[in-house]
Amino acid sequence: MEDDHGMRRSVEELRQTFKSGKTRGVDWRKSQLRAILRLIEENKDNLYQLLQSELGKHPVESYRDEIGIVKKSVDLALSCIDQWMSPKKGWLPLLFLPASRKLLSEPLGVVLIIGSWNFPISLILDPLIGAISAGNTVVLKPSELAPNCSSFLAKLLRVYLDSKAIKVIEGGREVSNQLLQYKWDKIFFTGSVKVGKLVMAAAANHLTPVTLELGGKCPAIFDSLPNADIKVATKRVASGKWGACCGQACIGVDYMLVEQKFATTLIEELKKTIKTFYGDDVRNLKNMSKIINKFHFDRLRNLLEDPAVANCIVYGGSFDEKNLIIEPTILLDPPLDAEIMNEEIFGPLLPIITLDNIKESIEFINSKSKPLALYAFTKNENFKKQILTETSSGSVTFNDTMIQFACDDLPFGGVGQSGFGRYHGKYSFDAFSHEKAVLERSFYFELDPRHPPWNNYKLEFLRLAYNYDYVGLVLLLLGLKKPLSS
Amino acid sequence: MASEEQVKNSAFDTEAANCLVKELRGTVVAGKTKSYEWRVSQLKSLLKMVEERDKQICDALFSDLSKPEMEAFIHEIALIKNSCKVSLKKLKEWMKPEKVKTTLSTFPSSAEIVPEPLGVVLVISAWNYPFLLSVDPVIGAIAAGNAVVLKPSEIAPAMSSLLKKLLEEYLDNSAVKVVEGGVPETSALLEQKWDKIFYTGNGRIGRVVMAAAAKHLTPVVLELGGKSPVVVDSNVDLTVTARRIIGGKWACNNGQACVAPDYIITTKQFAPTLIDTIKQELLKFYGEDPLNSPDISRVVNSNHFARLSKLLDDDRVSGKIVHGGQTDKSSLKIAPTIVLDAEEDSLIMHEEIFGPLLLVVTVEKIEDGIDFINSRSKPLAAYIFTNNKQLKQDFVSNISSGAIVVNDISLHLMVDTLPFGGVGESGTGAYHGKFSFDAFTHKKAVLHRSFLGDAPARYPPYTAGKLRLLKALLDGSIFGIIRALFGFS
Repeated sequence: MEDDHGMRRSVEELRQTFKSGKTRGVDWRKSQLRAILRLIEENKDNLYQLLQSELGKHPVESYRDEIGIVKKSVDLALSCIDQWMSPKKGWLPLLFLPASRKLLSEPLGVVLIIGSWNFPISLILDPLIGAISAGNTVVLKPSELAPNCSSFLAKLLRVYLDSKAIKVIEGGREVSNQLLQYKWDKIFFTGSVKVGKLVMAAAANHLTPVTLELGGKCPAIFDSLPNADIKVATKRVASGKWGACCGQACIGVDYMLVEQKFATTLIEELKKTIKTFYGDDVRNLKNMSKIINKFHFDRLRNLLEDPAVANCIVYGGSFDEKNLIIEPTILLDPPLDAEIMNEEIFGPLLPIITLDNIKESIEFINSKSKPLALYAFTKNENFKKQILTETSSGSVTFNDTMIQFACDDLPFGGVGQSGFGRYHGKYSFDAFSHEKAVLERSFYFELDPRHPPWNNYKLEFLRLAYNYDYVGLVLLLLGLKKPLSS
Repeated sequence: MASEEQVKNSAFDTEAANCLVKELRGTVVAGKTKSYEWRVSQLKSLLKMVEERDKQICDALFSDLSKPEMEAFIHEIALIKNSCKVSLKKLKEWMKPEKVKTTLSTFPSSAEIVPEPLGVVLVISAWNYPFLLSVDPVIGAIAAGNAVVLKPSEIAPAMSSLLKKLLEEYLDNSAVKVVEGGVPETSALLEQKWDKIFYTGNGRIGRVVMAAAAKHLTPVVLELGGKSPVVVDSNVDLTVTARRIIGGKWACNNGQACVAPDYIITTKQFAPTLIDTIKQELLKFYGEDPLNSPDISRVVNSNHFARLSKLLDDDRVSGKIVHGGQTDKSSLKIAPTIVLDAEEDSLIMHEEIFGPLLLVVTVEKIEDGIDFINSRSKPLAAYIFTNNKQLKQDFVSNISSGAIVVNDISLHLMVDTLPFGGVGESGTGAYHGKFSFDAFTHKKAVLHRSFLGDAPARYPPYTAGKLRLLKALLDGSIFGIIRALFGFS
């Protein structure tokens, strides 16, 4: 943890680096992107180990959600950066000729990225790729709740990347508070609603734009499906609930909505899937991450403490406190006013809510805050359309979970309580860029009617000009059209 | 009067604001504002309103600002008409989901980005272009399918009450509301949960708005201002340059515009020539007695008149007036005034002027202008007049501002294909044309998958082979995938 003085010096150094113009060049950006690639390639095994020890992530899971995702983002940025950086030219009305217009993407300046503990590597490096691609200098604040990953980033980024332009500042709440006092040109935050509000309030003091990547209760609607598809669908639900950091994911499935008559089939299939994927002994679960710390372990255990909730457990419910492991747990119809149905679960508990008709799920979802992701398993095209138009969420994925995250051309971000601003692919570049409007005129062809003293002729001229009525304009200029008296 | 004021104040408190938002939320939930037909009907009504009531609009602008009819027409009425027309013409296209590519790792799938309304939005506008700055964001909000509350500025009272009357008459009152008032009404509105707040004004209030928005995680667009510079090189067409500067400064609401030139940067050597030409052209535009010219707006009110007078009365400034300086308190008029090389520590060098005073700052070399601008907050617009290609290029790439216009002033805001908005102290977010629609829209990411093509590598139990396949998938390498599938690697 740095003292206030050290922090000030770091931020000041970053501002000097930005001013020097070094980070604007495409060569610098590419060299830094390549360095990220090198960093993860050369330290892969170390990373697997860290993620295994800190979060219990299996290497395949680590590759899929952290290392591979980062690698993919860098590859994309490297292949597209020239195109992203080139000015966009555009159309102008004839009236403005001779003139040209373009949109120039320029870096915002010195930016702050605050990461989260559940994907301690990718939720830091993925936004960083955007910030570097856009030519900014950056402070990264990894989550203190994944301390080993945090110190890994602090140690190695300094070695691999340009330390005059990219710095890692480690620490907890106090350090975050201190960081938030500074004037940033952008703050990119991944985390909870509560902290998101604090970040934005601090940003308001300096008029700093923010991207807030929050979470929410992401529902999965499960329509009645033909037998052949149920297997695939349940696998995808299981992987969206338990497969990514044991449900500790902002786009993880929070709860399911299903028709009453279909619930038993679903639960049976889920149980089978859990057994194949993870096994059924809480002391010996495979391929499952652990809960990040005792605090969250207790928080999750408390969600089940209410007897009215505990009675709804139809599968699982065992805890291994020593290893911070919670078994995949399914609850059928817990009371809707219980905490588990009102707070983001962020763990391996899966409530299933039954409805008479699956269409009621729309109303159910709309009665809650807008989620970051909405999942729907259905083959009914009308229902899909209805879901799309009648609900609001950061994203909608039909017949799968989580993989929208891997789609570079889709913006990733929330709406309402799930946050605002977006990233991934080109959107990451945009999140850290200012699109400057540039209009260029020559000195020729100065239209007198633009300037006072005003008269009716000039008024008529402008009326026609604004309607792009070029014929009328010519007539007026030739004196063949009388200005209207006003 | 005092009791009347009180009654008015108590009429719109937090509770009233809460009811208002509830009512609008009801309209949104019912889905009414979402349909293409509703949006079009409202935009058409707006257009009709502008066409039928342009006289009243001009009168209100005259009453609030003595705005010449011509200015009212060019800068407010015509721009709004254009905005309505562009939105009507393009709305269908804007509302269409955008198909996007999907990658191999999610194959087989299809993806699209679906624009959807944010919900209930608040527009707080400013007094200097009280019609344009109120209605233009409302057009964006309606085009995007939102319910909207407009809070016009109380500093332009004639327009405020006209907007209330006209929008009630022409638009759907269950979805579009006007709330008049000052600080208490605005505070009551800001306590509510909005899905977007669009604010035009100054940085001080901008901070208040954003802090209030943070409580509800509401995204904001802040259209602020700043000291917009004009660099004038010595190789330019002098008359055209002078006319365009005057046009952008005094012929735009007498300098009370967020994109108005605040100061000119030119070389010591060239300054006298430039100032002389501006003086000559000013004479042609406004005559010998500009205080009585009908072609120039007045200062909005006595507070701003006092603020501007104070800027001039400063000893470090008053001796530097090279043109104008006449004021008439009774008619709130200040003549076009040019101040040459005011002391660096005077207020006028640091506050946004927002009035008919124009600073000229001289530098040794014109290139020094870039450093001068960069030593201050990022402005909303930066202008340069030059025929020097290198200088132009340096200016465009080294100055960070909302927009840059080369060889003209303020013209960019009439181009609806350019985003209009600031950066840093000049604000965040942008609008105009499609950008207005986007400002009030959530772009929902939608991924469609079928049940075919389920890659077992995604699921546990995990194996080394699965890791290889995943690597290949994320790499997008076909050969890698084939190798992994056949167990060759």
